[in-house]
Amino acid sequence: MSTNPTNDAHGASNSGKKAPAGERVADWADGRLGIYSLAKANMRKIFPDHWSFMLGEICMYSFIIIILTGVYLTLFFHPSMNEVEYTGSYVPLQGQLMSEAFNSTMHISFDVRGGLLIRQIHHWAALIFLAGMFVHMMRVFFTGAFRKPREVNWLFGFLLFVLGMFTGFTGYSLPDDLLSGTGVRFMQGAILSVPVVGTYLSMFLFGGEFPGGDFVARFYSVHILLLPGIMLGLMVAHLILVFYHKHTQFAGPGKSNKNVVGMPLLPVYMAKAGGFFFLVFGVIAVISAIASINPIWAIGPYRPDQVSTGAQPDWYMGFSEGLIRVMPGWEINLWGHTLVLGVFIPLMIVFPLILVVIAVYPFIEAWVTGDKREHHILDRPRNAPTRTAFGVAWITWYLICLIGGGNDLWATHFHLSINAITWFVRIAFFVGPVIAFIVTKRICLGLQRRDRDKVLHGRESGIIKRLPHGEFIEIHEPLGKDQLHTLTAHEQYKPVEIGPTVDENGVERKVTGSQKLRAKLSKGYYGEDSQIPKPTAEEYKEITSGHGHH
Amino acid sequence: MSSQEIPEEKNLPTEQETEHGSVAVADENPFADPGLPPHEHRIQDIDERAAKRSERAIAFMFTLSMLATVGFIASFVAIPADKSIYVWPIGHISGLNFALGLTLGVALFCIGAGAVHWARTLMSDVEVADDRHPIEAEPEVRAKVMADFRAGAQESQFGRRKLIRNTMFGALALVPLSGVVLLRDLGPLPEDKLRHTKWAKGKKLVNMNTHEPLRPSDVQVGSLTFAMPDGMSEHDHDFQVQIAKAALMIVRIQPENIKDKRELEWSHEGIVAYSKICTHVGCPISLYEQQTHHVLCPCHQSTFDLSDGARVIFGPAGHALPQLRIGVNEEGYLEALGDFEEPVGPAFWERG
Repeated sequence: MSTNPTNDAHGASNSGKKAPAGERVADWADGRLGIYSLAKANMRKIFPDHWSFMLGEICMYSFIIIILTGVYLTLFFHPSMNEVEYTGSYVPLQGQLMSEAFNSTMHISFDVRGGLLIRQIHHWAALIFLAGMFVHMMRVFFTGAFRKPREVNWLFGFLLFVLGMFTGFTGYSLPDDLLSGTGVRFMQGAILSVPVVGTYLSMFLFGGEFPGGDFVARFYSVHILLLPGIMLGLMVAHLILVFYHKHTQFAGPGKSNKNVVGMPLLPVYMAKAGGFFFLVFGVIAVISAIASINPIWAIGPYRPDQVSTGAQPDWYMGFSEGLIRVMPGWEINLWGHTLVLGVFIPLMIVFPLILVVIAVYPFIEAWVTGDKREHHILDRPRNAPTRTAFGVAWITWYLICLIGGGNDLWATHFHLSINAITWFVRIAFFVGPVIAFIVTKRICLGLQRRDRDKVLHGRESGIIKRLPHGEFIEIHEPLGKDQLHTLTAHEQYKPVEIGPTVDENGVERKVTGSQKLRAKLSKGYYGEDSQIPKPTAEEYKEITSGHGHH
Repeated sequence: MSSQEIPEEKNLPTEQETEHGSVAVADENPFADPGLPPHEHRIQDIDERAAKRSERAIAFMFTLSMLATVGFIASFVAIPADKSIYVWPIGHISGLNFALGLTLGVALFCIGAGAVHWARTLMSDVEVADDRHPIEAEPEVRAKVMADFRAGAQESQFGRRKLIRNTMFGALALVPLSGVVLLRDLGPLPEDKLRHTKWAKGKKLVNMNTHEPLRPSDVQVGSLTFAMPDGMSEHDHDFQVQIAKAALMIVRIQPENIKDKRELEWSHEGIVAYSKICTHVGCPISLYEQQTHHVLCPCHQSTFDLSDGARVIFGPAGHALPQLRIGVNEEGYLEALGDFEEPVGPAFWERG
């Protein structure tokens, strides 16, 4: 006993009485795990409150739900492509040949009580996980939360999104149904298009010719072990960094770059965030009760010579589907070899390009600004017009591809010509982002002007006053101190200057291409046309001093 | 990056650091941070009856959750798995799935709603500020780490004994090769597998649905018939692999409407046979326009003109569908006069 100082100290303070059981357990754990220093730093950790901070939580919780339900599904699913005859309780498919994978998925859906529910929760949670990550990523992007010190965490999050896409793809391919098999065939066709090694990659992946008898088992280990294992690690790292960096916050009274204002983890966020897990799970359970997803019994088992119309991948793969659909069928045959550009360019070049562009953006912006300081105050999107415009252009790009991916559905639902839609997407792929960029930037500048007006002239009160000489004016109410601060708290960069390239002695200074590019970009970002100067204290004082009305 | 050439700080805003804690100079700067606004009490903070109401609401939600869990178990036991029920506006759905999902959903949601309501109405909502600390280490720490590293590196003699260093890099570079080699048996080499199908001279064209050999009279103008080679069965162990290449579609076109000379030669009385596998990424083509003899792949909308050598007239496919040369054997059945002359399905590097 006397070797344990914590116990002794504790005993003394309670004048000989035994400490409560909970405390004794905590002491025991602290003596072995050092939990007290961890708790000291984190138990009352402050979290700022903003609805958009829940987006990341939705991702985390849906990931946990996916793991829980996924483990359950592995108890019943047989990742085998052996052909069996269906004898289960779904009458229309009885007697049909199908793989064991499809057969066991049918078993889960019809003969395991609650199996269908768990399957549907698993799949719905996956869709929500990917959607959540997409929106969360956009939230981080548009508020500039990716800036130093959070660039690495941005990359972790980006990797989670990309790995999530492929985990989803390998997952919905497992039941070996007609729809998913068509998607796998699509992937195999894309692999074949790789120059030189395409056929080898395909043979190795499928254990021979498509579809072979191996891919379900191989996708299975990738889907349940390899990718989720990496993702779990990344997610833990992501969360550790969120804790370590502390949350960002929007500008406001009392909030600075050097503090974090909010409520403590224990108890408020323990309850709010913990409760939110149950809210997310509950909503997904109700969705899974009322909305059918991937009804493989209606689709049937995979046959390489059969297909249904309106075949669509899960939504997060839709943009790659669009790329492949609108690309012209370029094929170059030279010296006995074929370069399948019509497939290779969209899937092996443009698909990664769209993703990488958004992944590297933080580093490009950091290079343009040359800003090496830490940033914990979020930008309002309007106050970073070029960034916001770039983000909206990127989303436009993504959505145009998504439209292309569903061109058949657009055609049938809106009675449009599929050829016209395809051509629209081909053109919009290049023009759409440019228009979106210009329009967004204008809107941002307009909003900046409005903020400036509000600060200098006050809020429009809607009260019309008639002056003695007959003039009508609207009374503007001056803003309160907190609003004045909030609307002027953002920073404005000045464009970098290269400076004179020739000094006073006429000696030319060498300016590299990258410096010129940086100066150009910087002008595009922070030049006169890209931001409205925020009001200065002098301007404000001049307008508000004396002179009755404005 | 060469950005060091440009003076760094010039373009950065200067105010960032000065604004903090500038409450005292608020008179001078109208935009200064006024500090945290005073805390506003909620009704539950000042009225115990309101707090009691919140307490009851939270307890009600937790109780509802318990009841829903009981309902889940009851549904699991009581509702047969094959029972279908009608739910407006969804339609006929599995009763068990509906009941289990709803009860589970309510049980979970109510826990969440209770906890969040508790946090929002009863737990303290006083906002407090925590200080941030720079992520970067202090210069002394940095110096210490660098010194430690140099000491460690020196003690290892890594830089001095180049022979050790180079052989170690060599060993580490080579050892993953074993792992790469192990992947070799994931699959066979492609060889010419993609060039051959089950079709061969004399193979009869068998209707995919009826499994009966086709006669020319079975193929009418305006119909689309799917066929496979005689002798294949769905029970073959390699059926999926073979049908993925051999799937055939047959249409009849008036010979005078066939524009392509070779197509006409390879046809029989206007009956033409083409690979059903799209040359884009391998979907089976299944949509046929009788009037124009266009076929459309439902996956990516590549459109081929079957009256003109199945050339691509729209969409992302890169080349025409391969045609199978057909004739009629002495018994009057349609037969292949050989395999496809070019690989079917998506293009690949060795296709040529």
